[in-house]
Amino acid sequence: MDDSPLVVVEGLRFSRGDREIFRGVDMTIPRGKITAIMGPSGSGKTTLLKLIGGQLTPDAGRVMIDGEDIHAQSRKKLFTLRRRMGMLFQSGALFSDLSVFENVAFPLRVHTDLPEAMIRDVVLMKLEAVGLRGARELMPAELSGGMARRVALARALALDPELIFYDEPFVGQDPISMGVLVQLIRRVNDALGLTAVVVSHDIKETLSIADYVYVIADGKVMAHGTPESLNVDQDPRVSQFMHGEPDGPVPFHYPADDFHKDMLNAGVKR
Amino acid sequence: MITRITRLGRRGCDLVEALGRAGMFLGQSLVGRPSGEGVKLWLRQMHFIGVLSLAIILVSGLFIGMVLALQGYTILVDFGAEDALGQMVSLSLLRELAPVVAALLFAGRAGSALTAEIGLMKATEQLSSMEMIGVDPLKRVVAPRLWAGFVSLPLLTVGFSVIGIWGGHLVGVEWLGVYEGSYWGNMQASVDFVDDIGNGMLKSLVFALVVTWIAVFQGYDLVPTSEGISRATTRTVVYSSLAVLGLDFVLTALMFGEMG
Ligand SMILES: Nc1ncnc2c1ncn2[C@@H]1O[C@H](COP(=O)(O)OP(=O)(O)OP(=O)(O)O)[C@@H](O)[C@H]1O
Ligand SMILES: [Mg+2]
Repeated sequence: MDDSPLVVVEGLRFSRGDREIFRGVDMTIPRGKITAIMGPSGSGKTTLLKLIGGQLTPDAGRVMIDGEDIHAQSRKKLFTLRRRMGMLFQSGALFSDLSVFENVAFPLRVHTDLPEAMIRDVVLMKLEAVGLRGARELMPAELSGGMARRVALARALALDPELIFYDEPFVGQDPISMGVLVQLIRRVNDALGLTAVVVSHDIKETLSIADYVYVIADGKVMAHGTPESLNVDQDPRVSQFMHGEPDGPVPFHYPADDFHKDMLNAGVKR
Repeated sequence: MITRITRLGRRGCDLVEALGRAGMFLGQSLVGRPSGEGVKLWLRQMHFIGVLSLAIILVSGLFIGMVLALQGYTILVDFGAEDALGQMVSLSLLRELAPVVAALLFAGRAGSALTAEIGLMKATEQLSSMEMIGVDPLKRVVAPRLWAGFVSLPLLTVGFSVIGIWGGHLVGVEWLGVYEGSYWGNMQASVDFVDDIGNGMLKSLVFALVVTWIAVFQGYDLVPTSEGISRATTRTVVYSSLAVLGLDFVLTALMFGEMG
């Protein structure tokens, strides 16, 4: 197998309004591996996935996917490139006017000429893998949050994309389905040789499946390495994050004025 | 003072930028060859946008035709000219009332629904996830709705005129006793196919383009929050109504200005 990295992020900068979210991020995502991206809430993990998928345009820097700069493509080329990717959205983002079955069938219908019987087989297989074959006739509004996310996962996997992004796949899952999902992600990777990027806060689960981990904070890559090397990292910021300690150099708060001063200002300004 | 001028300038820039975005948006959605799948999506939207607006358009058309006949009769009868009632009703409907009123109703009924629907799809990231599946939402979601709007409003306008003229007949002939032959005869003699029907349809086509474009763009471009959706829906109705009334004046001046 080709062992050049599938995704290369170079010197990425991005701001929302006045707030700089990324100040020079470099990252390589190796082919056929599971790469985890971790970081405090609000540090820009979802934003980073959207930048890699070409939904947002960086202020500087570039994202190369299989040697092609995704932000330099024509609209048509961009959509062709995206057929090779799958994304599990943090919100699920199922099509609310289609049933569970049709949601999972959607990518197959638009990108393949498979006969109906075959589409049915593939869809049921994917739904079985996430434990929701019985829910195929339901509409998205009738699903619980955790179920919707699993349907979205089945949809993201429908075409067996070369590169798949999971944004918080474990949120809202009970311990049993969590275990199933962890295994599922690992299994599709081993069996099909997909490249996966997992964004998650669930440190234990993520470390158990990831081959490589990036930790982002403060608009930069704070640390990266294999799960084993990060676990024994001496940097206090890294160990605070990896062991989930509230006190330490990584701020838990969104940037703000001093708390005491803010409280004393009551009624003066907001 | 200076800040006011800067603010005005910024408003101007924002406006030009928004127009540019809206133009790009329209171009990117409509360019491309039609596919079998596209036709199916279009038919579905014809149902939601066109067929479901039929009831309100027909009922309004009926009442407007009836009111026109009633008002027209009371004026015309003073001059002994009630025979011209058919002419008056049909010309007012074909040239003016049907295209304008149908477009205003369409903006309220279908336009606002389009904005809210697309806006909610955006807010729930359905448009983003479609993009990531490799399907362009401009082609899949926006284009069928635009085409459905373009086609259905002119058709609805025809329905509005026809039922309005029938409503005029109901009041004028059946109720007030205008001679039936003169109602239809005067109408046939005075309505010109190109000048009246053609120009009326042309107006309605222009309104269809503008109203649908505004509605769909407002939905696609809104801030994806519940407040953003409610604002955009209001904007759709306000902007399309103003655009329809303003354009109607311009078009009328161009079409009928020198007819004397
Ligand atoms: N549409 C938006 N407009 C303005 N700011 C935004 C928008 N979306 C996100 N942000 C800001 O960008 C920052 C990064 O957001 P992002 O969603 O990428 O965080 P995240 O790391 O995925 O967080 P979480 O783990 O909670 O999902 C946040 O501080 C947020 O305030
Ligand atoms: Mg996120």
